[in-house]
Amino acid sequence: MKRRTILTTAAAAALALSGLTTTAHAADPIKIGAVAAKTGPLAGGTAVTHWPNIRLWAHQINERGGLMVDGEKRMVEIIEYDDQTNPGETIKAVQRLATQDEADFIVAPYGTGLNIASAPIFARYGYPHIAVSAITDQIPDLAKKFPNMFFTLGNTSALAADAVGILAQMRDEGKMGNKIAMVNVADAFGIELAAAARPMFEEAGFEIVYDTSYPLGTQDLSPVVKGAKAAEPDAFVAWSYPPDTFGLTEQAMIEELPVKAYYTAVATPFPAFGGRFGAAAEGILGAGGVNPDSAAFQDYAAAHEAVTGNKPDFWASATTYASLQILEQAIEAVGVDRAAVSAHLKEATFDTVLGPISFDENNSNNAFWTVGQWQDGVFQGVASRNRDGAKPVRLKDGWK
Amino acid sequence: MDILITGLLLGGTYALIAMGLNLQYGVARIMNLANGELLVAGGFGAFFFYTSGQVSPFLTIFLVAPAAFGVSWVIYRIMLRPLVNRAKSRGQLETDSILATFGLSFVGVGLMLAAFGGDYFNYSYLARPITLAGDTFALNRVASFLAAVVICGLLYLWLNRTRAGLSIRAIAVSPDSARLVGIDVPRMAAIAFALGGAVTAVGGALISTYLTLDASAGVIFTLKALIIVIMGGVGDVRGTIVAALFLGVVETLVASLIDPGLTLAAAYALFILVLLFRPQGLFGKTPT
Repeated sequence: MKRRTILTTAAAAALALSGLTTTAHAADPIKIGAVAAKTGPLAGGTAVTHWPNIRLWAHQINERGGLMVDGEKRMVEIIEYDDQTNPGETIKAVQRLATQDEADFIVAPYGTGLNIASAPIFARYGYPHIAVSAITDQIPDLAKKFPNMFFTLGNTSALAADAVGILAQMRDEGKMGNKIAMVNVADAFGIELAAAARPMFEEAGFEIVYDTSYPLGTQDLSPVVKGAKAAEPDAFVAWSYPPDTFGLTEQAMIEELPVKAYYTAVATPFPAFGGRFGAAAEGILGAGGVNPDSAAFQDYAAAHEAVTGNKPDFWASATTYASLQILEQAIEAVGVDRAAVSAHLKEATFDTVLGPISFDENNSNNAFWTVGQWQDGVFQGVASRNRDGAKPVRLKDGWK
Repeated sequence: MDILITGLLLGGTYALIAMGLNLQYGVARIMNLANGELLVAGGFGAFFFYTSGQVSPFLTIFLVAPAAFGVSWVIYRIMLRPLVNRAKSRGQLETDSILATFGLSFVGVGLMLAAFGGDYFNYSYLARPITLAGDTFALNRVASFLAAVVICGLLYLWLNRTRAGLSIRAIAVSPDSARLVGIDVPRMAAIAFALGGAVTAVGGALISTYLTLDASAGVIFTLKALIIVIMGGVGDVRGTIVAALFLGVVETLVASLIDPGLTLAAAYALFILVLLFRPQGLFGKTPT
C-alpha cells in the first residue's frame, strides 16, 4: 500500500507541475503536431535530420515572441509522437493530433513509406502536408490524389540520374574507365533506386560488372565488397541505408577498394560519417548535398549547433528546416486557416535557408540537390537541379 | 580459405551475440527478449569511453562486464524472481518471462534514447587491414574474434571444470533434481542470468568496434541470438559456438558464391532444417 501512496503522490505532483507549465504558456499558442520515429529502424536518421530541426524552429520562433497572426504574436507549441517507424502508428498519431489534440498544423513524418501511408489522413482532415524525406517517382500521382501534399527533396529518378551523370562526366573527361559495381540494400528505397539506375547506366554506356543486393541489417558486408573488388570496377555505387553505408565504407577502406569514384546513398552526408572516416572520407560521393558556403546555410548550421548541440547533416536537415520556414511564412501571410495556407503554398515563393522555394503544378519543389561529395572535411553539393553553388567533382584518391 | 576465415570471423560475432542468451535461457530458464538491448548498452559503454577518453573497447569490457552483471542481477532479483516463484511449470515461466522481458526491452530502448538520443553511434577502432593466409581482413573483427574465443573458452572451462559450473549444468539439465542434491537453485540461476547479461554486454562492446548501432537496434541481435541458441541446443555452450560458427560460414559461403541477397534466406533455411530434423538443437538432449 505504501508504495502505491508514493506513486500516487508522485503522479499528482507530476500532474500539478505539468498543469503549471501549461498555464504559464497559456497565451493561446499555435499547436504544431509532429510525428516521426524515435524508435525503430528510422530512429537513427530522425535523430540527425528531423527532430533537431523541429526543436530549433520552435525555439527560434518562441524566442522572438511567436508568429505574427492577425495582428497578434502567438507562440508555437510542439506536440511530439513516436511512430516507432511503423506506418500504422504514424496514421494513428496523425489522427490523434487532428482529433484529440486539435493541432493547428502537423509536420510531415520522416521516411517515404510513412509519408505516403499517412497522406490520406492529412488529406481527410484537411492538413497541408509538406513532405521532406519522401523521395519517390510517384509525385505527380500523389499530388493529384492529395492536393495538399507538397514535396521538397526531389524524386528517385533525379537522384539516380544525377549520380549516373556525375560518373559519366568523370568518364567522358577521361578520368576513369567504364566499369561499374552497383549494390543495393534489399529495401524499398534501395530497390527502387537500383531499378532506376540500372537502365540509366546502360544507356550512358557503362558496363555493370557487379550487381547485387544484400538484406537490411547485414552484419558482415565484406563478401559484398570483396565481390565488387574482384570484378575490378572503376566506380562503386551503393544504394544504401545508414548502417550499411558505414559498414560498406569501412570494408572498402580495409580492402582499399581501388576505385576512382565511390558512392554510398543515405547517411553519407551525416556529420558522423565525416567524423568516423576522416581523411578516408575524402572524395566519397553521396546522395544529397547543400551549398555549405552560402551564408544562409552557415547561419543555420551555427544556430542548429547552438540550440540542439549537434551539427546538421549536409542534405535533408536544411530541407527539413526549410519546410518549417515555408509553413511559418504561410501562416504569417494568411493565418491559421488550413485551407488558406494550402492555397498559399501553391502560389507563393518562400525564402528559405536553401534559397527561394516554390511548388510547381505537381506540388513539387524542383530546385534540390542530388549528389554531394566529401571535400576537405565538408560535404559539398556537386550536382543539383536548379540550385547554385555546385562544386567540381573530384576523383577518389585512395583511402588514407 | 578467404571465405572460410571471413565466415569464422562472422561466426565469432554471432557467438558473442548468442552466448549470453544461452546462459540466461538454458540455465535460468528466462527467455530474455531484452538481451539485445543489453548488448547495445554494452556498445554504448564502449562508444562513450572511447569517444570521451580514447579508452580501448578491449579495456572497457572490464568495466562493462561487472556493471552488466550487477544490472542483470538486480533485474533478476526484483523482476524475474517473482515469476520464477509463481510459475507452476516451465512453459508458464517461459510465457511469463517472454512477456515481462518484452516489456523490459521497451524500457531499455527508452532509457538509452533518453541517455544518448536516437543517433547512430559509431567510431573507428582498429579499422585497419590485416593479412591472413594471403587475404585481407579487418583487424577489429579479428581482434573481436580472438576475444570471443577467449570468452567462450573461459566459459566452457568454468562450466566443465569447476564446482559452480557443475551446479549450473545440473540446473540446466534438471532444476528439480538439482535442488535435491543440495544446489541453491535460486542463487545459481540468478548468477547464471547475471553472467549471461555480462557476456552479452561485453559482446556488445566488442561488436561496436565494427558495427553501427543505435538505441533501437537491439531487437535484431535478440532474433539472431535466439536462432543460434535454439539451433545449438538450449543450455549447451558447445552447441552455441558450433551453431554460431556454422551459421557464419554458411552465410559467407552463400554471400560469396551465390548472392549476398540470399544470406537471410540461407540462415532461416538452416534454422528450419535443424528444427525439422533435430528439434532439440545440434547438441541438445532429447527431452525425457
